[in-house]
Amino acid sequence: MDSLSGLALGFGNALSLANLAWALLGCFLGTAVGVLPGIGPALTIALLLPITFSVSATGAFILFCGVFYGAMYGGSTTSILLNTPGESGSIITALEGAKMARNGRAGPALATSAIGSFVAGTVGTLGIAFLGPVIVEWALVLGPAEYFSLMVLCFVTVSAVLGSSPLRGLTSLFFGLMLGLVGVDLQTGQPRLTFGVPELLDGVNVVLVAVALFAVGEALYMAWHHHAGKQEVLAVGRLMLSKEDLKRSFWPWIRGAGLGFPFGVLPAGGTEMPTMLSYFAERKLVKPEYAQEFGTTGAIEGVAGPEAANNAAAAGILVPMLTLGLPTSATAAIMLSAFQSYGINPGPLLFTQQAELVWTLIASLFIANVMLVVLNLPLVGLWVRILKIPVPQLYAGILVFATIGTYGISNSVIDLVLLYALGIVAMFMRRFDFPVAPVVIGMILGPMAEQALRQALTISQGDWTVFVTRPGSAIILGLAILALAGPRLYAAIARKA
Amino acid sequence: MKPGALPDLAVGLAVTALGVLGAWLTWVIPVTPVYAVVGPKLVPAVIAAALFVLGLMLTAAALRGGWSADLPEVAEAGPRNLPALGWLLGGMLLNLVLIEPLGFSIAAALQFVCTARAFGSRAPLRDAVIALTVSLTAFFLFVEALGVNIGAGLLEGAILRALGQEVS
Repeated sequence: MDSLSGLALGFGNALSLANLAWALLGCFLGTAVGVLPGIGPALTIALLLPITFSVSATGAFILFCGVFYGAMYGGSTTSILLNTPGESGSIITALEGAKMARNGRAGPALATSAIGSFVAGTVGTLGIAFLGPVIVEWALVLGPAEYFSLMVLCFVTVSAVLGSSPLRGLTSLFFGLMLGLVGVDLQTGQPRLTFGVPELLDGVNVVLVAVALFAVGEALYMAWHHHAGKQEVLAVGRLMLSKEDLKRSFWPWIRGAGLGFPFGVLPAGGTEMPTMLSYFAERKLVKPEYAQEFGTTGAIEGVAGPEAANNAAAAGILVPMLTLGLPTSATAAIMLSAFQSYGINPGPLLFTQQAELVWTLIASLFIANVMLVVLNLPLVGLWVRILKIPVPQLYAGILVFATIGTYGISNSVIDLVLLYALGIVAMFMRRFDFPVAPVVIGMILGPMAEQALRQALTISQGDWTVFVTRPGSAIILGLAILALAGPRLYAAIARKA
Repeated sequence: MKPGALPDLAVGLAVTALGVLGAWLTWVIPVTPVYAVVGPKLVPAVIAAALFVLGLMLTAAALRGGWSADLPEVAEAGPRNLPALGWLLGGMLLNLVLIEPLGFSIAAALQFVCTARAFGSRAPLRDAVIALTVSLTAFFLFVEALGVNIGAGLLEGAILRALGQEVS
């Protein structure tokens, strides 16, 4: 199916009342969790996974994608008004955004980030709609050997390229891979890494791990270094963008979107790097008369660019997820496990076998973008109120939901013990700067990589050279090696900037 | 060795130990009678070996002076607040012990009060009211909207009976 007829089909479905309701609910929830510090889209989608038992796949994924996009919008509100990034893609936004807010320009900062998010989200979603089928066509010729190599590339980029240290990133990844091994080996039927505990034969639940890493670990870490003190929520003021603001924001939006999307698509995943690059680019390209605003009163370019890059990258992440079944962020990894619980295998066949689902989802992303601008601009007052939830009750509430989400899996106290134990591990990971996203990705992608490895070797009749003699696989493995060495190059460039 | 590097050394050794644990767990995987090009042990062995090597590298990094003491987040973090951590862990323990005999809502509400105390709240009664509201909302949200099956405890059972529903 080509993109235009796909979109026509998709909009036909997405505009049904039920699907619009799912999108609205997702956008609303997503913005809320994006705004709230301490919870993000990965945790929220993990807690919502039980709906996959009772809701159609289309409805569930519209909801999840609404949460995913919404969190990107909501995160910027927290960055600007609280100077505390709600999620990692918004760290850069806090630099200039919070300075603007302190100088009474919170309104324009919020407006430029919401509209920038809309522009970039729309550009990014167009990218999914038109790039997706192209990648699928190309991906259909990939065999298990290429798939295995792609997953290796994905492992390298999410662990060694992102984050501050390849060593610690890889450690997180292998910890996740180890967690993914727990349970009965599907091919040979042997129990692995179960310590003889029967509850572990089915493996460690994804929801449990996500909740432990993103909620329990975070709460423990915050308590560990907690000191009383109230955070000040800055006043919003007028939301309108002046003509000058608009002129100054326009090109940063476009550049940010153009920069962010490819970063999301390539399994160079993550939103941190494109937002940072966009910030440096805008700082360099800013008109001389505004240059002194950077780092002092806050320059609107430094909000518009990174916010657009953030959302475009988020959209881009959906491309490898939907076309190849490769998650490059923790949130995408959890969505992938949702696909699995429907018995759907994301990958090139998704676009042909589940065309209706895919195109409805893509159409819903356009709709979600429109909803989110409305939710985030006129309703900004509501989110400011949410920001004022006091910290003690906020974390207490997060833990209640973490507990019920985990206990609901199998009503077993063993799951809760595992939840809290992993939470303590996550606390130490945070303290020692080990990234947690590679754990989730390794855990979900690991078993799939093992399966691809086995298939490739079965086809080649046990010949291990298949990974380097097939040109596609060799090229991808070469890229993985490049990605492992690349960050050093990147660090050198960043130091100069 | 720099003074701040001692915790990092512990981390390096812990990861190394995880590698050793992984190797032992791989060792005890039963030998499969089914023929497979890649048996059940290969991938676990590779992962355990990788963790072992990474652990050694982290240990070496710690011996060279460590990494975490220089992190801005660690350097700027306030002093350790062990009472807060204690309240939080205590709340978790309470929940673990009580969730089966008393049911989710009461156990989670007590955990809520402890957690709020950990983060500096000094109004346990008010927190308890909020806690019960939150935990009951969470319970009915998960049971009714998400269709998760969580057995009704004391409180949930009483409410369901008051609403005239059968409680299993």
